[in-house]
Amino acid sequence: MSATDTQDPNRRDFLYVATGMAAVVGAGAFAWPFIDQMRPDASTLALASVEVDVASLTPGMSLIVKWRGKPVVVRNRTEQEMKDGEAVNLADLKDPIARNANLPSDAPATDANRTTPGKEAWMVMVQVCTHLGCIPLGQEGDFGGWFCPCHGSQYDTAGRIRKGPAPENMAVPVFKFISDTKILIG
Amino acid sequence: MSEGHSTYTPKTGLGRWFDARMPLPRLVYDSFVAYPVPRNLNYAWTFGGILSIMLVAQILTGIVLAMHYTADTNLAFGSVEKIMRDVNSGWLLRYMHSNGASFFFVAVYIHIFRGLYYGSYKAPRELLWILGCIIYLLMMATGFMGYVLPWGQMSFWGATVITGFFSAIPLVGDWIQQLLLGGFAVDNPTLNRFFALHYLLPFMIAGVVVLHIWALHVVGQSNPTGIEVKSKTDTVAFTPYATIKDAFGMIVFLFFFAYFVFYLPNYLGHPDNYIVANPLKTPAHIVPEWYFLPFYAILRAITFNVGPINSKLGGVLCMFGAIVMLFLVPWLDTSKVRSAVYRPWYKLFFWLFVADAILLGWLGSQPAEGSYVFMAQMATLFYFAFFLIALPVLGLIETPRRLPNSITEAVLEKNKGGSGHPAGATAAPETKG
Repeated sequence: MSATDTQDPNRRDFLYVATGMAAVVGAGAFAWPFIDQMRPDASTLALASVEVDVASLTPGMSLIVKWRGKPVVVRNRTEQEMKDGEAVNLADLKDPIARNANLPSDAPATDANRTTPGKEAWMVMVQVCTHLGCIPLGQEGDFGGWFCPCHGSQYDTAGRIRKGPAPENMAVPVFKFISDTKILIG
Repeated sequence: MSEGHSTYTPKTGLGRWFDARMPLPRLVYDSFVAYPVPRNLNYAWTFGGILSIMLVAQILTGIVLAMHYTADTNLAFGSVEKIMRDVNSGWLLRYMHSNGASFFFVAVYIHIFRGLYYGSYKAPRELLWILGCIIYLLMMATGFMGYVLPWGQMSFWGATVITGFFSAIPLVGDWIQQLLLGGFAVDNPTLNRFFALHYLLPFMIAGVVVLHIWALHVVGQSNPTGIEVKSKTDTVAFTPYATIKDAFGMIVFLFFFAYFVFYLPNYLGHPDNYIVANPLKTPAHIVPEWYFLPFYAILRAITFNVGPINSKLGGVLCMFGAIVMLFLVPWLDTSKVRSAVYRPWYKLFFWLFVADAILLGWLGSQPAEGSYVFMAQMATLFYFAFFLIALPVLGLIETPRRLPNSITEAVLEKNKGGSGHPAGATAAPETKG
């Protein structure tokens, strides 16, 4: 092939494109560590699970533990609260999905699906409003569940969004009872 | 009024030596001494200069404060209190910096509304306007991150709510939010990176300000009539005319600023920010700094789902959309007449828009319940209608008033009417100031 080859596309075009592609890949590889360093670091991820002793919680009592920097409420619900939660018609829910990390992602938001089998009285839930991340107040609002003071979202006794701007039910994290009185979150 | 022939002639040997090697004095002379400005600029045009000194003041006080501040969740709140109580003159520097941010926004809002009133964004000043919008965005980012640094309750929850916006983005939202926070919630990594960025962004603002002024000096300043400069008689030299007028404007502005710094230093802040951040307790009612309130009201006004867009994403889209409107103004406004002085209907809608923006600001400070929500929805509707309906339609249907032939003619007409000059005494423009 001579230097004056004018076939289209010629060898020169190939070299230009190949060089350009290598530059793009190189720029991406160079940029990645700068983006990567912003993600949660190893020490933050190391706090990913906590163990909670709930022996002292009688029905109607809650406690809050910090998990991944967010408050997780553990509530031993009263009979009335469970009844209220079960009585809700699924068609009335703004978000019909359970949002329970222990269940498939399309599980319906029944009261039972918001808890764990055999321990239906216990609500374990990330107490963070799904709107913009405020901490709702417990046992307040029109539905006797949670009420977010920031923008007025109201949740029922199973932490399901019923009214206000929040789009989803409050999240149920991965958790299990490791004994009758101990819960492992995360 | 684009870059004309330079009239700078260095008088000293050193000046000539410099001019031949790096003509910086020539640039300063051409830009701030001999530079021609329209002779009819009013005090609304002094806010560019005021903004420049506010930026310098913020950078100066900020650098000094950074020498005493510690960006660590356990120490940040205490270090700010230490600045207030122990550091010599620390209280003054901090109050200058925190109130300086507010007054920076006061000045920028007046500057933006001036641009909207007099049509300063129209060709050939579109790029000038967009650079200004970019500065405004950078200012908002800087102001937000700065408010997080004292690590009070409003710092923490404001940061939580605002970074929560990003979780509304479909699919990648949560990943982006974690990228911004460096964790699953606002915490030490967040505070550290906000401090680094809060230090960086003002210098980026300064960089864009240079571009803004560069673009300004290419196309020249607009003026209250909106008529382009046509002859030398339409202009006066920057120094002394604009320099003195700007300096007087700055002094009056700094008088108000000083009043707040010394007598009402916490008036524009929120008392909850003197409570150390508590990740487990949200304050009863979160409000951002006053200069974000109109956008906050728009965010909260969207309480309903629209098709596949849920209320959260809708609110975030409207809030960012409200800022995007500003970027589009040069193309939304279809009128060929720049100044509202000659546009009776636009003038009405402009003032309605000002009232609407103030109403939104007030609504943003109120709890999101009852009739406030409905009012915020109506005010949001008007906000977007002003940009998307009023601006394009008015330009097509409005009959503007007769425009003067030149700036000089406008000035002379005004003087004739106002100060009782004899009607026949049309002085030769050359002899007028």
